[in-house]
This record gives sequence, C-alpha cells and structure tokens, in this order.
Amino acid sequence: MSAEETHGSAEVAARVERRWATIAVIIIVMMALLAAFAGIHRATMPQPRVETIDPSRLHLSGEFVESNLGSVLEANGNVTVRAIGQQYSFTPACILVPNDTPITLRATSADVVHGILIQGTNVNTMLVPGYISEQPMRFAKAGDYLMPCQEFCSFGHEGMWGKVKVIDKTEFAGRAKGGGRLSCVGQ
Amino acid sequence: MLVNRKLILAHFWLAFAVFGIALALGAWQMFIRSPIGIWLSNPELYYRSLTAHGTVMGYVFPTLVAMGFGYAISESALQQRLVGVRWAWAGFWLIVAGSVMAVIPIALGRASVLYTFYPPLIGNVFYYVGVVLVVVGSWIWVALMSVNLRVWRKANPGAPVPLAMFANVAGSYLWAWTAVGAALELLLQIIPVAAGLKSTIDAGLARVFFSWTLHAIVYFWLMPTYIAYYTIVPRAIGGRVYSDSMARISFILFLVVAMPIGMHHTFADPQVGAGFKFIHSAFTALVALPTLLTVFTICASVEIAARLRGGRGMFGWIRALPWDNPMMLALAFSFVMLGFGGAGGLINMSYQLDASIHNTQWITGHFHLIFGGAIVIMYFAIAYDLWPHLTGRELIDLRLIRTQLWLWFVGMIVTTFPWHWVGILGMPRRMAYFDFGDPAIAPQALSVTLSAIGGFILLASGIMFIVILARGMRAPQADAGPYQFALAVHQPATVPVALNTHGLWVALMIALTLTNYGYPILTLALSEGTSVPAVYVGAQ
Repeated sequence: MSAEETHGSAEVAARVERRWATIAVIIIVMMALLAAFAGIHRATMPQPRVETIDPSRLHLSGEFVESNLGSVLEANGNVTVRAIGQQYSFTPACILVPNDTPITLRATSADVVHGILIQGTNVNTMLVPGYISEQPMRFAKAGDYLMPCQEFCSFGHEGMWGKVKVIDKTEFAGRAKGGGRLSCVGQ
Repeated sequence: MLVNRKLILAHFWLAFAVFGIALALGAWQMFIRSPIGIWLSNPELYYRSLTAHGTVMGYVFPTLVAMGFGYAISESALQQRLVGVRWAWAGFWLIVAGSVMAVIPIALGRASVLYTFYPPLIGNVFYYVGVVLVVVGSWIWVALMSVNLRVWRKANPGAPVPLAMFANVAGSYLWAWTAVGAALELLLQIIPVAAGLKSTIDAGLARVFFSWTLHAIVYFWLMPTYIAYYTIVPRAIGGRVYSDSMARISFILFLVVAMPIGMHHTFADPQVGAGFKFIHSAFTALVALPTLLTVFTICASVEIAARLRGGRGMFGWIRALPWDNPMMLALAFSFVMLGFGGAGGLINMSYQLDASIHNTQWITGHFHLIFGGAIVIMYFAIAYDLWPHLTGRELIDLRLIRTQLWLWFVGMIVTTFPWHWVGILGMPRRMAYFDFGDPAIAPQALSVTLSAIGGFILLASGIMFIVILARGMRAPQADAGPYQFALAVHQPATVPVALNTHGLWVALMIALTLTNYGYPILTLALSEGTSVPAVYVGAQ
C-alpha cells in the first residue's frame, strides 16, 4: 500500500466512522426523548413516591389490617384495591374489580420480596417488605386473569398464584353499595 | 510469549469444569419444569439447583475466563513475563476455596436464595462468605493487571499500550468497581444477619446495592468477548481492525457508562423514586453506544478480510468470508444473538416498556441470549484460539469444532425464543413447575417443552466443547508460534494520552456512580423503620 493510498483510505475510514457514530448517538437521544415524552404523558410510569410501612405490624393496625383488604369504591367513582403478599399467597387471593374504571392498587409484603403480575396486562410491580407499592390500573373488558407472584420468595414460590376478576362496573357498584371491602374469594 | 501456561490452563480448566456442571444442572431444571418431566418435580431440589447454576454461571465461570484470558493477554500483548505469579496462584486458590465453601450449603439446601440473594431471605453464612472469597480472589487479578501494565509502561515510556491489554485492564477496573455494590450488600447487610449478629435487614436498600453490581457485571462478562471481537477475530480470518481508536473509545465508554445504570432493575420497586429511575434509564440507553460502535467496527473489519480474499460488490463480499473458519462462525453466531438480545435489552431498559415484561420469562430469555449466547460462544472461540499456544499441541478436528458451535447457536435460539414468547404472555420466571392442567397455562406447555429441548442441545454442545479441549491436550505436539493479536489498518504510532491511560475514565466512572447512586443509597440508609425481620432459609 503506498503512502498516498493510506492517506486516502484513512480519510474515508474516519468519515464513515463519524457517520455511524452520529447515527448511533441520534438513536440513543431519540430513545431518551421518547421515554421522557411518554413519561410526562403518564402512559405508564414507574412508581414515583416512596412510602414505608412496618411489615411486622400489618395485621395489628393501619391501612393493611385484614378488614381493610380488598376493593373499595371511593366517593369519586374510582376504586382502590389493597392487598398483601406473604409466603405463599396473596390476600385477598381473588381480587374483584370493575371494568372501565380507574383503579389504584396498593400492596405490600408481610415477609419477603414478592411480585404482583396480572397476565395479559401491563400491571407488574414488586412487593418489598417495609415499602408500599402503588400501581394504577384499568381493565377494558370483563373477565378472569391470573396473577402469579413474579419474584422468587422461597420454596413455595411456584404455588403462589392469585386471581383477578373483572366484572361490569354497574354490577360492581351494586355490590359496593354497603361500603364494605369486596373480593371474589370463594366465588 | 506465554510463559505461565500452567496458571492460565488451570483457570480455563476450572472455569470449563464448573461450567459443565452448571450446564447439566440447567438442562435438568428445564426438563423437570416442562410437561415431560413434571413427575420428577421437587421444588426444593429445583431451587437448590437454580442457586448453584446461577452462582457458578454468574460469578465463578466468567470470572475465571476473564482472569485466565487476562493473564494470557498480559504476557502475550506486553511481551513480558507475568509479574506476581505467586499472587496469581493465591487468587486462583481463593476462588477454589470460595467455590467449595459456597457450594456445600447450596447442596445441603441451606442457601437456596438464588445468586441474586433476595434478602430478607437469608441462607447459610458460608454461602455468602464463599462468594466473597471468589470476589476477593478476582480482585488480586485486578491488582496484578494494573501492576503488570505499570511495569510495562516504565519500560516503554510513552508507547501506545497494546489494544488487548488496554481493554483487559479496563475490564478489570470495571469489575473491581461493580463488585463493590454486592460486596457492600454482603458485608454490611447480609453477612451480619446470616451470622446471627443482627435479625433485621433493609430489603429495599439491599436491592439497590445489588443493582449496582447486577447490570455492570454483564459488561464484565462481555469484556473478554469484545476483546476477542477486536483483537482476535480480524487476525484469525485474515483481516485487520478497522479502527484502533474506535476500539479504545468503546472500551472506555463501557468503563464510564456501564457502571451507574443498574437501577433500571428496580423500575417496578417501591423503594426508588421516579427521578432516579429515569436517569438510570437514560444512562442505560447510552450504554448501547459502545455496542453499536463495535458492531460497525467489527463488520467493517470483517469486510476488509473479505475484500482481501477477493470479495466484491455491496453485499457480495459476505460470500467471500472464510465461513469454514470456526472463528468466523463463532463471530457470526455471536452477532446474531447479540442483535436479538440487544433489541430485547432496549425494551427492558425502557422506562415504560419494562412493565409488560418485568420479571417474566422474557428476562431469562434476554440474558441467556446475551450471556449464554453472544458471550459464551466467544469464550469457546477464545479457548479454541489459545489452546494450541497453551498446550503446544494442535486442535485438528475443525469439523467437530464447527458442529459444536452450530449446536450451541441452535440450542440457544431454541431455548430462548420460546422464553421471550411466554414472557410476553406473562409467565413468571423462577418457577419450579407450572400447573399445565390450568386452561390458562396449558397453551404455554409447548413453549416450555421447546426450551427444555434447547437445554439438552446446549448440554450436548457443552460436552463436545470439553471433549475437544481434552483431546487437544493429547494431540501430537506442534509449535503454534508466538500468540499474536490483530493489527489495525492504521496501526497507531502514538495514541492520545486519554486513549492510552485509564485514570481519567476511572475517575469519571466513580464520580458518575456516586451521583447516580449516592443520594438514593444515603436516603434509604438514613430512613428509619425500613428494616424488616430476616427470614432464614430452611428454618422451621
């Protein structure tokens, strides 16, 4: 290879390289911008706030006592679902919610790390003992969904499957009239 | 110039021996969780096996490969006898001791916490101490790589550091710093509880510490593979490295941006606020940059080889590549798997898209494709390339090597593609078995079965690999000549200081980690009442 050729090829190499680097940078900037845009519009947002809770006192008082678990219809028409995970089940084991309604899931763990995942949806959050997980959800259609624990929580992990039952919102409103906490356990 | 061949061979043989065992465990796990092996199901044995598989594949195997390869690079690239051979052996024996210490409680079912630990689940203290010993052993290697480069610099003031060694030392620093996260978690949080000195632990804080290690460790596993892409492949197929400086920039970028990004593993966690999740997401996007640069540079380097062999046209040159050369085959397979795995990775790191696949079988599919696929297949290639130089004997049966690589590639695709699919359907990971009788789960039975078949193809390939190497130890003697690394098209006469030293980049790496992790860790460590009672594995 002569000196002249070397020089020319070096220039070509540098140019092509620069072009490729520019394309790569543009791809990455685009991805970050897309994420920011979707985040600001709250298409799906990871949990923004950090709330703590003592897992050894869940059953004694506060938001996650047994009588307060399940679904409740709030005054503004939204629904709040409270649940806990423990080795190796969810309480309530079957969550009852209305379709076409903004729902807030509030959940925590009573012992080790668990996870809630509702199959066929984007509802997917970790339950870390000591912290409260909050997740917005909304179901378009009525139907039954499986809700496995998605995080290894020791030897019974594979048996930890909950259920979600989505029913028509008017039927749900009828059942919620008394103001109690609803679930579909035993149905 | 490979003087300490025994040391290097010891690292490789131990690495591949434990790899073989972990591979067999993996195949067995796939079998018993599939519908064909459901009658064997025993969750307790399954999670023991899973802990052993993960611990070996995550901590022991890649570390030993990086160390053995690192010693080989240090001697052959620097043309200098390894300084600190006794220390190197001490590091090796620490890893042996640590592995044995960790594996006993695992086998007894006293440490089934998987390799990601999951506090407040707490296993036997010897499991964690064993893992710490493995890491300490590898830190000796980190120090030795640094010392050897320093000795060389003194003898060659101002000369460009050979690319292979520059990358090797960058990889060792990356490992030293990324291991700090898990080390802090183990030493400050888990081991005191496992030893019975404390009974509570902050699970949220532990998860943040672990995420510090959990992502960058993948780039540590990746380093030997990338070093092979840049410094072995072009030479082995008769080409040249397209750009020496682009290679250096890629390794530096890994060093700086691979570190402070692990919090994308906690997108769905309640203990980290949205702001830091977003920052880590953006940084994770940035770490795609060195890989994109590498894909370009290596494709261009390969094209040079093809054109030197008479390849022509826009794409016609691809046919002119030496496809019967195992190195070419390994590179092509590695790139295909890196492509699929990388695309999956972009989905995982996305602030929003993660929710649909978080902690599902998709994730297992993703990292097996990247680590088990793209990375490990190049470990095979590295071993094949180095073996004649380490043993003084020739690896003759190229056909067998090609078959082994093909099997690995096919096995990995058959294993991971169905996992991606069921992951999208919402199948959770780390499950010992599934109730395939449930009509909602029954349709996934086929995918799980396919993955199990893939697992056995991989096992067959792994056995072939070990047999080929073992046969290579007894082949007729042949002098392979000095071990050489690929030359660049424009071999640098001088290199800018920034691309020839690591100081600035290490400083940046540490500074970025402190800004990306300091505040979240401090607030979690200082917040009251977030520690929860430990749950001991196997306790009644």
